[in-house]
Amino acid sequence: MKKQISEILKIIGIFLFGKFKKFTMRFKKSNTMKDIMMVYYSEAKSARLTRKKVAWITSGGPVEPLIAMDVIPVYPENHGAMIGASKMGTGLCETAENMGYSSDLCSYARADIACSTVNGGPIGGLPKPDMLVCCNNICGTVLKWYEVQARYFNVPLFVLDTPFCHTGYSDEVASYVRAQINEYISFIERACGRKFDYERVKKVGHLSFQGQQLWQEVLDTAAHKPAPISAFDAFYHLALIVTLRGTPEVIDYYTALLAKMKDRIARGIGAVPNEKYRLLWDNIPIWHRTRWLYDKFASHNACLVADTYTSAWCGTMKYIDENNFVNSMAEAYTRIYLNIGVDEMAKMVIAMIDKYDVDGFVLHSNRSCKPYSFGQLDIQRIVEKERGIPCLMIEADMVDERSFSESQISTRIDAFMEIIKERKKHSPANARAKG
Amino acid sequence: MEKFTEFKSIVTDPYAYCRKYKEETGKKIVGYTCSYTPEEIIYAAGALPFRLFGTDEGIHRADIHLQSYCCSLIRGVLEEGLSGRLDFLNGVVFPHTCDTIQRLSDIWRLNITKQFHIDLVLPVKLNTASARQYLIDILERFKKDLERGLGVKITDAALSDSIKIYNQIRKLMMRLYTLRALRPEILNGRDLHSIIKAAMIMDRQLFLKTLEEIVPQIEKDPAGKIKAGTKKLVLTGSICSHPDIYDIIENAGGVVVWDDLCTGARYFEGVLDEKAPPLEAIAQRYLDREICPAKHAGLTDRGESIIQMVRKHSADGVVFMLLKFCDPHAFDYPYIKEMLDRENIPCMLLDMEEQLPAGGQLQTRFETFIQIL
Repeated sequence: MKKQISEILKIIGIFLFGKFKKFTMRFKKSNTMKDIMMVYYSEAKSARLTRKKVAWITSGGPVEPLIAMDVIPVYPENHGAMIGASKMGTGLCETAENMGYSSDLCSYARADIACSTVNGGPIGGLPKPDMLVCCNNICGTVLKWYEVQARYFNVPLFVLDTPFCHTGYSDEVASYVRAQINEYISFIERACGRKFDYERVKKVGHLSFQGQQLWQEVLDTAAHKPAPISAFDAFYHLALIVTLRGTPEVIDYYTALLAKMKDRIARGIGAVPNEKYRLLWDNIPIWHRTRWLYDKFASHNACLVADTYTSAWCGTMKYIDENNFVNSMAEAYTRIYLNIGVDEMAKMVIAMIDKYDVDGFVLHSNRSCKPYSFGQLDIQRIVEKERGIPCLMIEADMVDERSFSESQISTRIDAFMEIIKERKKHSPANARAKG
Repeated sequence: MEKFTEFKSIVTDPYAYCRKYKEETGKKIVGYTCSYTPEEIIYAAGALPFRLFGTDEGIHRADIHLQSYCCSLIRGVLEEGLSGRLDFLNGVVFPHTCDTIQRLSDIWRLNITKQFHIDLVLPVKLNTASARQYLIDILERFKKDLERGLGVKITDAALSDSIKIYNQIRKLMMRLYTLRALRPEILNGRDLHSIIKAAMIMDRQLFLKTLEEIVPQIEKDPAGKIKAGTKKLVLTGSICSHPDIYDIIENAGGVVVWDDLCTGARYFEGVLDEKAPPLEAIAQRYLDREICPAKHAGLTDRGESIIQMVRKHSADGVVFMLLKFCDPHAFDYPYIKEMLDRENIPCMLLDMEEQLPAGGQLQTRFETFIQIL
């Protein structure tokens, strides 16, 4: 009883804090990421009080129908990234290993599974879900992970099965995924106990599309030399397009961010003080070493100007019909970066190399993410053949610090940068500049 | 038994069998990676379906394409493909299974171009009407892709003949498994393993003929009784490419009476409805069969069915054979173990690397486990 009361008081506290924060934010011209995320998590954590439903959803999952029904979406993967960034990953991963989960499994999954049982991590655990929504467009791991959570929390699980597009998108896949969108809507109706709001989802769809457009524009600014934004900044600002896609907050935030980047361009300010070398990053960030990596590359006057990861949340806009979001989202969610063949991924990498005019390619071989990492060696070879730029593969893990060998990686980055410097010295463009 | 010698020689050198088979019959051979491959369609097209087992020796070509945290099964399969030892194949088919096989298919398509290449992107969900429809649709597409690859037309008559052969094989294999679960002494694990492996290599009609001869012989065989105190085990995991395991278990006083392996009971379980439209019948079997953990049907299906296996065959314990880096199985292990614990069914976890742990060490582990049963 005493425990229950203190639990309720805690929730009321979180709720009031969120309300107060939201109120003060109305008077600010532009809000910080921290403010927005604090309000978001306090609303999610006090959902029991406001009688709102909470859905846990995969990062690549279709969130718009949930938002249209006032369900608060919560992202275990974003939570995993937070755990990694706050260097709490190793401890939680070890807890999961003691529960019987192999240390070779995805560290997001291990950290999240452990966190559910101990309410640990930087925000004291995620709010309990009323439903789980798992879209396997990013991997097969999420399916197993969400099965674990569905058993643990004993709540309904919806699986959106988006068949892998090795060489294209077939009619069979189109009708299967489209049929599942209807099943998904029925699932939400059952969970919420009311009819689906088709009018509202149109608005949410527009906002989602607009948010993606703005996010792409923000990333595009890195094509400028020097790049006003680096991949490390993008890893940070990404949180909103992942967690609040389809809400006006995203629009406001990215509009302000875009203005800031344009201003930096006008004033010639780069993300790295003396940008001389431009690099492209592949795979999920090494969350526990982002600062270290930024400094390491910056010490060589190198800036990671773009990456294949943050652009995944705006990479399928060509398939979205802004005026018919529900119908077109089947294709958009199925054809995302991780759900396509290695050769198609390589093509996208090459397009980014050209667009951002990079001198080198850094690939994070991520022990936690097999669909992202297997095939990287072939992508590397294709890039070397097609564009002839140096490539560096770093083996690590996005959350689990035990897989990171700092001195070895440091040495390899130094050697890689030496090659890039050497090449740039002798490149034709440089020779021309020297006259 | 003479027939076993034949099986064993085929299993020991499957490539020699395939090359000879091609030479003698002029038929084509199609490689595949998973037990969700609709072999019935391949066989109906006049080609021989051949399961790719991979290798664990002398791997160096695959390492150029796959990082250290890829499972040995897929690394071994890719090695064989890159080495040219599989050049007798006319085509390969990759049914969608796990994240690793999914990428293996891409890597294969980009680097091994001698054969035709088909991706069969099966649904991951197997418990909804739309998934069932998609499965049928995608099998239809597979049939067309295969016709193009092999340059043939697959008739309905050929399909139903093929289905009949597979049904016979499955029924007989099930009879053999059931028989052996009751009287494990009639056939040792290693020999049973050879039969199953041969089922994925040999011409299926010839295999069926041989099976029809040996099963009744085994049934009649009054061979030695099972040693008193022998403990019955259920083996669960993905594939078992180490027949030594069976010897080690038997030497330690145990015997595997049933399994939940992709290259075991899951491969031959379930008979097709011969009256239903062929592709629907094939789809239905996949929906009804024990599932691979890379697929989704329910939340506790695998746990329940393993408990059922234990009960049905009065097994004393369960052995989890987990291939290192196999995510789907590793995710299922804790919950299934918990279910077994609740039912007081002892179990043992065997982490499998590329090579088995040294014989003596493994034998001691099994002895220790079997003693507590």
